[in-house]
Amino acid sequence: MPKIRPESRGALCNSPLQPSRVTLRNMSVTEAHAAARAETNGVAIRTDRVSRHYQMGEALIRAVNQISLEVRTGELLALQGASGSGKSTLLSLIAGLDRPTSGAIYANGRDLAALSSEELAGYRNHTVGMVFQSFQLLPRMTLEENVELPLRLAEVPRNERPARVLQALKRVGLGGRARHRPAELSGGEQQRAAIARALINQPVILLADEPTGNLDSKTGEEIMNLLAEIHRPPSGPGCTLVLVTHERPLAERYADRIVTLSDGAIANEERRQ
Amino acid sequence: MKFPDLAELAARNLREAVLRNSLTTLGIGVGVASLVALLSLGVGLQQLVNRSVARTGLFDTVSVRPRQSNPFRGGGGPRSRDASNSEPPRVLDDAARREISLLPNVIEVNPEIRFTAEAHVDPRSQLTLVAGMAPSSQSSGTLEGMTGRFFSGPGVEEAIIQGDLAKRLLDDGKAPESLLGREINLRFAQRQVLPAAPDPAQPGSAVEPDEEAMGFSIIPGERNFRIVGVIPASDSGGGPAGFNAAGIYLPLATAENLEVVQGSDLREVSRASTGEGRRYAALNVRASSPAAVAQIESAARGMGFAAFSLIDVTRNLRTFFAIFDLFLGIFGSLALAVASLGIINTLVMAILERRREIGVLKALGAADRDVRQLFFAEAGVMGLVGGVFGVLLGWGIGRAIHFGTAVYLRRQSLTPPNIWSVPWWLVLGAVVFAVLVSLASGIYPASRAARLDPVQALRYE
Repeated sequence: MPKIRPESRGALCNSPLQPSRVTLRNMSVTEAHAAARAETNGVAIRTDRVSRHYQMGEALIRAVNQISLEVRTGELLALQGASGSGKSTLLSLIAGLDRPTSGAIYANGRDLAALSSEELAGYRNHTVGMVFQSFQLLPRMTLEENVELPLRLAEVPRNERPARVLQALKRVGLGGRARHRPAELSGGEQQRAAIARALINQPVILLADEPTGNLDSKTGEEIMNLLAEIHRPPSGPGCTLVLVTHERPLAERYADRIVTLSDGAIANEERRQ
Repeated sequence: MKFPDLAELAARNLREAVLRNSLTTLGIGVGVASLVALLSLGVGLQQLVNRSVARTGLFDTVSVRPRQSNPFRGGGGPRSRDASNSEPPRVLDDAARREISLLPNVIEVNPEIRFTAEAHVDPRSQLTLVAGMAPSSQSSGTLEGMTGRFFSGPGVEEAIIQGDLAKRLLDDGKAPESLLGREINLRFAQRQVLPAAPDPAQPGSAVEPDEEAMGFSIIPGERNFRIVGVIPASDSGGGPAGFNAAGIYLPLATAENLEVVQGSDLREVSRASTGEGRRYAALNVRASSPAAVAQIESAARGMGFAAFSLIDVTRNLRTFFAIFDLFLGIFGSLALAVASLGIINTLVMAILERRREIGVLKALGAADRDVRQLFFAEAGVMGLVGGVFGVLLGWGIGRAIHFGTAVYLRRQSLTPPNIWSVPWWLVLGAVVFAVLVSLASGIYPASRAARLDPVQALRYE
């Protein structure tokens, strides 16, 4: 099995690449993570009968319907299901990109429904990192500029950014491609750049929506190995990873637990380890 | 997001669609240029008129005169309801002059000496107006363009002649300046104070009772003056204008000592009023600044005199130019209004094109405020660049119009006036206005971009 050779170790989810000045309510990121872990009693994400319905003309689409779910801190949860089963919608709700029609979502001890739009943006910037099926890199920017974007939004001092960006890119094996634009890279490389971008602010929760969906099986496996290593690094704390995938073998190989959705509800739950 | 990051991202986004954004910015530039060109002409015309008015030397001067008597007083005619009007008008005498000179912001009070005289420079004569000129006129700008020099002292027998009169006194073809250094003879009506009234007890008095009431007789007077200055002819716009205009100017002290008869002398005689010392037809009160003119004018009226200043005239003039400039501004702004539609169009197109990018930014933690600010910054940058470009273009257009007008007027044998002016406030105002219009145009696209649903935006291909 081919494996990414990281150029440096330790640049994982919530293990800071270097002392950070990014603060959440006057705490450093690591302090905030530790405090959150203590506050949440080991639960990173909890959904309480959460629903997301859409009105399409006369029809009511129940994309997510009354889902109650707990994800333990440090767990790798795979969400499985057929297309339209509601897994991406649930992921968007957990990511704070969308708000539920009813029910509550607690992430890192915070009720997302109680957060203002501004606070929710801060949550997306600091607490969660997102990896998409279609990479979602901005084509006009180089890799380092793409990876730098969350740092800009977090108002990290400019002099700190280049080192952090370079280290994140090195971590995913793209240290030499910093000045390249996404179009000059393969799909696997683009996804690795997207992972570097998702990790740059050292989030405690990583959400990956079909990260291997646009890749061939070999490259997909490379990406999954990288995600697994980020989730559970050889040294230091890892992060909670929620993985949406329709590839059953990958889910079985890497996930601690597999939750299968059907018609917006949990159809099956299977603990792997 | 911090401002430098915002500006950097905005500039980057603008560079990406360089042609479209350049055309939009050019539209703003043309709008600003039309605004600047029209307003610079409006300001230039206003300054031209202001200069003409300023040449009267009355911008900081109040003319104080005795009030006119009520023509209906006595004789059983209609009477004013104002009791004060029934009293005789106050005499403008030395006491009044002292009182006026003590008013706040008054720097000098000079009598107005104006009379008609026959000017003679061999072999020609001309009837003309002669006026006394205060030493302060030297620095007031009213003698701009004068050939020769100002009076060498306050009581010297020197004259400054107006170019038009000089031309009439000279043989055809000679330059007015050729009169410099020559003598000019003035003939005028002179007052001669009568001897004190004889004691009625003494028999054989030569003075009749009527003459005693008048106090002076009128005799012909004559005096020679050396011409030391020639003011440009009126078609060149030189010399004092308006109420101050005269053919010949003498030092004020010299003019006072001539004891000439002025129109007011006869009026005062007919009034048979009393006063302290000398009486004046009018006093010219110079204020420390034009802003103090209204206050002095009001104080003089309160003292029982009639007061007049050019502020009264220019108030209407300023209103006229304010409306004129407003209309020019509105017409100039029409192009900018069209350009603002271009900004809206460009930014709305940018939202459609960058829908996915906005979704990514939001997924990475951009707040609605960040997205709104980004679009605002793009609109602001277009406005700033367009504004600066527009000012330069407008300046060029204004110069071209000015140049064209000057060429046309010269062909008509006219001296071209400066009808174009770009003051610093117009430059700054135009750029700020362009930025504000651009930001206002960005409100709708920016709020639309900020409201974009990130889930929908990320699905967009």
